[in-house]
Amino acid sequence: MGRVLTSVPITYTSGEQVEVYRFSFPVTVGVPLLALFVQAFIPLRFPRFAVYFDLPLLVTIFFAMARRSPISGLLTGAMIGLAQDMLGHNPIGLYGIAKTVVGYGASSLGVKLDVENAGARFLVTLGFYLVHAAVYFTVAHALVNLTLTWSWPYGILAGMANAFVGVGLYFLLDKFKQRT
Amino acid sequence: MDILIGRYRNLVILVGVLFLQVLGLATQVKRAGGNDAEHTRLIRIWVVGAITPFERGVMWIENGAGGLFHNYIYLRGVRAENRELKAQIEQMRLEQVRLSEDAAQARRLQTLLAFKEQFISRTVAAQVIGSSGSDLSRVLYIDKGENAGIKRDMAVMTADGIVGKVLVVYPSVSQILVINDQSSGVGAMLEKTRLQGVLRGSASGEIMLERVMSDEQVPVGETVLTSGGDQIFPKGLPVGTVAKVGNGKDLFLNITVKPAADLSKLEEVLVLVEKQEKQATADDSKSTRASDILAQRLPSVPEKPAASAVLAPGTTSGSTTGVAAKPAAANAGSKPVATPNTAGAQAPKNPAGTPSSGAGLKPEGSKSTPANTSANRPPNQSLSQSPRSSVNQSPSTAPSTAPSTAPATAPKVVKPSVPASTAPPDDGTSPH
Repeated sequence: MGRVLTSVPITYTSGEQVEVYRFSFPVTVGVPLLALFVQAFIPLRFPRFAVYFDLPLLVTIFFAMARRSPISGLLTGAMIGLAQDMLGHNPIGLYGIAKTVVGYGASSLGVKLDVENAGARFLVTLGFYLVHAAVYFTVAHALVNLTLTWSWPYGILAGMANAFVGVGLYFLLDKFKQRT
Repeated sequence: MDILIGRYRNLVILVGVLFLQVLGLATQVKRAGGNDAEHTRLIRIWVVGAITPFERGVMWIENGAGGLFHNYIYLRGVRAENRELKAQIEQMRLEQVRLSEDAAQARRLQTLLAFKEQFISRTVAAQVIGSSGSDLSRVLYIDKGENAGIKRDMAVMTADGIVGKVLVVYPSVSQILVINDQSSGVGAMLEKTRLQGVLRGSASGEIMLERVMSDEQVPVGETVLTSGGDQIFPKGLPVGTVAKVGNGKDLFLNITVKPAADLSKLEEVLVLVEKQEKQATADDSKSTRASDILAQRLPSVPEKPAASAVLAPGTTSGSTTGVAAKPAAANAGSKPVATPNTAGAQAPKNPAGTPSSGAGLKPEGSKSTPANTSANRPPNQSLSQSPRSSVNQSPSTAPSTAPSTAPATAPKVVKPSVPASTAPPDDGTSPH
């Protein structure tokens, strides 16, 4: 047992410096739903929005990083991803799997890194956008046999666009944080 | 083991959650070949039910605010009138498309027989209220569902062209699969060359016309229409125009189609809730020579050889062994009676366009007489049926064209079917 306690991973930020946040129930449910709604509605007016932006992904990353609990992060990602799947016509689970991985990764990273400043958030979002795209591509290609093409320029461009929007969105959502 | 699980608790849960989702995914793929919207309907309805009321509300507010300004503040009444006129134009354009296609069809149908045609008889206007929010699933949500009579696989279009088909129906909302989704498929053809192919969406959202051989000449700018082969879209609806032609793989051309309807900015659509299927009727105005009428009335004159006969589409040789039936006059108001040799004489592609109750048999209630039928039959189409049935018109059965004065109790005689080109127009009393 003692070995377990001493095997706490070395973090770049000490436990005291890392703050863990929680959110009220309306925010926990309402923000993802709002993100899904906006994601589904805006493309009707701006068709390219759906091509470049993934608001549910940004919300997943934000909640995962703020809570800093891998289990909470992966469950949040799974829920948001599955809900996103249900709006489309592809088999349910494609976004679910991708966002589960992102939720787990973002919260694990949140434990180790200080992701409160804009630069770190930008990079983390860009990185996780690519991870999300890679997981989705792999699952869709291997399991569902969807015909998708991987494009690095598109991935990086869309990742940067999401990171840019994400930084602004995170600062907005910071207002709903509650210290534990 | 406990220590191990405790140590890697997060990872174990991650693997468990991923495993469950992969399992669910595999089940769905196995069930419906990748598209199992119906099987997962109950699960999907939760999210759709949670999201669409907001979308509907926003659209309502947007329309309400916009309507208030435009109808009462900006130009009172003009907008409403304009909308009505636009609706009228939409209907007229649909009608125009149908009529022009109809005219072209009539010419071709002089040689093609037993052809069914679909007409748009009722549409429901619906407003687009949402999308999937993903470019990997090109679906739309409209504000009409089961309650408005919408069913799965109904065609969705605008006045400009087709949009897609109904994929999933909820009580007050429906999900539309847009034609540029990669799982979509529409039977299409080129307007002038009449080449047929399959219209498919791609991952990038482009629409491709597939299955056109690379040795065909397809000009850029040619109009693409629905072919009706998919049993969803009636024939002749505008799809778009050929934007790019290139060589594809496997001896097929790579044809990119620019959709006629602006699929990225759809606000209102029409759902085709009712199609009317009619037997095509050819132009009756074709003149018939008196000598031909006489020739057909004379029992001693044999029919023309089968070499000039035009094979009906899909007609299989050997499908008929000859049909014997009472003359129509004798059968008026009574059930047709076939002789025993009618076995196998069903002639699935009945050239006469008559119901498939038997080739050459007059349907119940038919009022036309043999003389009338013969008189209406152009000479070069009197044998426009399967070659086999032409062969059956042997001299021994030559009295097939019995005189119009044949008594009601006349013996059963072989009588060739009336070609579609001479079939009476569908006026409601026609057996078609």
